[in-house]
Amino acid sequence: MRTITIDPITRLEGHGKIEIFLNDEGDVQNVYFQVPELRGFEKFCEGRPVEELPAIVAKICGVCPGCHHMASGKAVDVVFGVEPPPTAKKLRELFYMAHFIHSHTAHFYALAAPDFVVGPFAPPSKRNILGVIEKVGKEAGLEVIKQRRLAQEIQALLGGHQTFVVMNIPGGVRRGLSQSERDDIVTKANGFVEFGKFSLRLFQDVVLANKEYLDIILNGPYSLKLHSMGLVDNNNKVNFYDGKVRVVDTEGKELCKYSPPEYLEYIAEHVEPWSYLKFPFLKKIGWTGFIDGQNSGVYHATPLSRLNAADGMATPLAQKEYEHMYSTLGGKPVHATLAMHWARLVELLYSAERCLELAMDPDITGKELRAQLGPIPGEGVGIVEAQRGTLTHHYWTDDRGIVKKVNIIVGTTNNNAAICMSIKKAAQGFIKKGTEVSDGILNLVEMAFRAYDPCFSCATHSLPGQMPLIIEIREPNGELKQRLIRD
Amino acid sequence: MEFNPKIVAFLCNWCSYTGADLAGTSRMEYKANVRAVRVMCSGRIEPTFVLRAFKNGADGVLVCGCHPGDCHYQEGNYRCLRRFLLLQKYIQQMGIETERLKLEWISASEGKQFAELVNSFTETINELGPCRIKETIKI
Amino acid sequence: MEGSKPKLKLAVYWAAACGGCCVSVLDVHEKLFDVVAAADLVFWPIALDIKYRDVEEMPDNHIDVTLFNGAVRNSENEHMARLLRKKSKILVAYGSCAQLGGIPGLANFSTKEEIFNRIYSESESTINPEGVRPEILVKVAEGNLHLPEFFNDVRSLSQTVDVDYSIPGCPPQTERLLEVFTAIVSGAELPPKGSVIGAETKTQCDECIRKKSENKKIRKFYRPWEIQDDGITCFMEQGVLCMGPATRAGCGYRCIKGNAPCRGCYGPPAGVADPGAKMMSAIASIIDEKEPEDISRVLEDLVDPAGSFYRFSLPSSIIRRKMP
Repeated sequence: MRTITIDPITRLEGHGKIEIFLNDEGDVQNVYFQVPELRGFEKFCEGRPVEELPAIVAKICGVCPGCHHMASGKAVDVVFGVEPPPTAKKLRELFYMAHFIHSHTAHFYALAAPDFVVGPFAPPSKRNILGVIEKVGKEAGLEVIKQRRLAQEIQALLGGHQTFVVMNIPGGVRRGLSQSERDDIVTKANGFVEFGKFSLRLFQDVVLANKEYLDIILNGPYSLKLHSMGLVDNNNKVNFYDGKVRVVDTEGKELCKYSPPEYLEYIAEHVEPWSYLKFPFLKKIGWTGFIDGQNSGVYHATPLSRLNAADGMATPLAQKEYEHMYSTLGGKPVHATLAMHWARLVELLYSAERCLELAMDPDITGKELRAQLGPIPGEGVGIVEAQRGTLTHHYWTDDRGIVKKVNIIVGTTNNNAAICMSIKKAAQGFIKKGTEVSDGILNLVEMAFRAYDPCFSCATHSLPGQMPLIIEIREPNGELKQRLIRD
Repeated sequence: MEFNPKIVAFLCNWCSYTGADLAGTSRMEYKANVRAVRVMCSGRIEPTFVLRAFKNGADGVLVCGCHPGDCHYQEGNYRCLRRFLLLQKYIQQMGIETERLKLEWISASEGKQFAELVNSFTETINELGPCRIKETIKI
Repeated sequence: MEGSKPKLKLAVYWAAACGGCCVSVLDVHEKLFDVVAAADLVFWPIALDIKYRDVEEMPDNHIDVTLFNGAVRNSENEHMARLLRKKSKILVAYGSCAQLGGIPGLANFSTKEEIFNRIYSESESTINPEGVRPEILVKVAEGNLHLPEFFNDVRSLSQTVDVDYSIPGCPPQTERLLEVFTAIVSGAELPPKGSVIGAETKTQCDECIRKKSENKKIRKFYRPWEIQDDGITCFMEQGVLCMGPATRAGCGYRCIKGNAPCRGCYGPPAGVADPGAKMMSAIASIIDEKEPEDISRVLEDLVDPAGSFYRFSLPSSIIRRKMP
């Protein structure tokens, strides 16, 4: 058996590597996606005062700290047995929309766009944000950077610390909004809506209008029939901040809908010895291994699955785009992995519209920021949608609010099994007996995991980022047979 | 090898060190496990000193100062007391038995009390056994 | 308009990290173009597709400056720390994790076994009756799979290799990074090796704009949610623990701006090795009680001394881990 090792994976959540095993015929026998890192938050949060957790768990991720901060803040409210007042909830959701805007912008323009705007077979030296800027113009590039910066300014305003926000306190938030601050956000939000529309237009003009790309999206080896998970509001519309978790099956029928305290009845995690990351699955179906389809216990939690699981978007412009996407791709649910990029842009527009809606809400400048606190019941679950999937935080404390136990299921974790399968399918689709494993082929394999929006979307910028990969093809005895370097 | 406790004692110049000296000049017999460190005031004793002592292999740490109200510098011993109590909470969280850190007020004339303190504290440490923190924290 | 000066070869690497430090580098926003004009990024796994093998093939001291963020938690982190030390002229411990151990350093309250047990067996959502654990070598049907070894404790970068400078913060405030970058690129003389750069020398209290009085006296500690913060007065004077007195200034008191007390991510001020010990000293000084019972009553409300005083610095503190 020959091995192709890709290490490290780049432009993906943290550290990761891929082992591709080829049989003697040269076809892909199996592929393993390994996560080699672990820090242990679920253990070292024990003994900490629970009100410190929203700030501590934010350090799980430096790109989506707001997500952990929100899930955590909500869990802490339940630990205290309280609901934040309306102004506080709206301030949190307003922050959260800015957080989505910053992250989805960064991911699309730096990670996704190069493959589509410049092209999957373009030379590696062009397949990066600089290549994108070359194609769309420096002005557009500066606009992307500016919109991301403005979203972060809103985060800093509401959350103090720009990256690791500190806004949540048990029962509410620490800081309100003045009229002038609110007016400034309204101005920015209008800009975000225009930017959301612009991004979707770009996708339409550059990707969808291109037959080759459309073909890859619809017919490439990137499709996995999986159950879809996402948070929905009372009208079954997509909501990132609050609601119930809804799962629809591979045909789009509702499988279950649960509220946060019920998650343990529906989700469980599987362990493999070759990865530090666990594999969540639907408990009622059970762990069926790395297979897709109606009978599989594997689900995905991504922008695409959110749109699949919901009945629509709660804001008008995003709703139009939602309908357009599904009619183009042949109805709901959509299983084409690369359509995640499109769904992400629909969400970008929704976040912008929702940001504007909240900023214009009269409650947003209210003065009641915190609920009254009493005795501490001591257990709470908080669920939000992180940019890359449903995020669950579950805390148990004593009656002084000192943490006894913590259980967390992270956004990207939901997709662990799906990512493994997507990579394998892409590898099997593109690497066959006699295939010259070229640079373009390798990029096509990488596009399979990139669609999930790995937790780290820092590649906002620059850099002469090629996509260098070193592929070592070894004989079964370990002797190096061929080495391909893509610079 | 038989365990011979290593004890570091921080003693203030005006009271407790003088008291310890008195024990010596009076030819009182007491266990030889203590290494004395003289400071001008028990208020000079920083948590860092205590923690460094444990890190470098002390099995027990003694902190002595003037009786409340008698501090040569008025309030120094109260600071020492507060630091000591906070340190105890901290070392407990780090897995070090709180009995390994002891505070006692010893006046300049209390040579006998000092000798008794050393003997009983050494016995306590003997029963607790060696403090393993030095090995645990090695990199 | 480029001069004849060669571009600075810059690398950014993350060990046991969260990505926040990489985000802080990206948050140069529009100044990105200035950065790229003056520096060539030669290794940055998050953003560039340059592999470990490429770094191994670089000549020694090829990289001018490496910003190493993240703590050393496993064998891969350690290997990369040693490798980058060899390949870099200047190795900077960038951010709290690299400088002090950071938040991942809180794992030093537990052992590897305790952590694995919690995550892979005790976790309420995990179904693992056979007690499967990640292994550094796994034989599967097709061949062998490898994972790095998870150490029993977390270390900082300087506990692993020789470090030239530290830039503190969780993450470092981007403006401070730009100041350092500009200084290096302009060829200014760098401070002595081992210095903390990109930050002030005094404490947070020096920067913080909250109102402070001459007389701080505490008779009771409050958890942040037990009081109505007036938004103006020093947290400590309101009875809420704030690590400001033992923390280096330089972040722009960003958490205070969000009405939250400082938790110490900028590490110790100049001349202080162990910030937690200094904080204990500071707190003891301002408690306004004399009798042991009264002092103990006040201290009762300090619910997590070790986790509060060493939130970011446990691995680099004097008692750097809990005795199992």
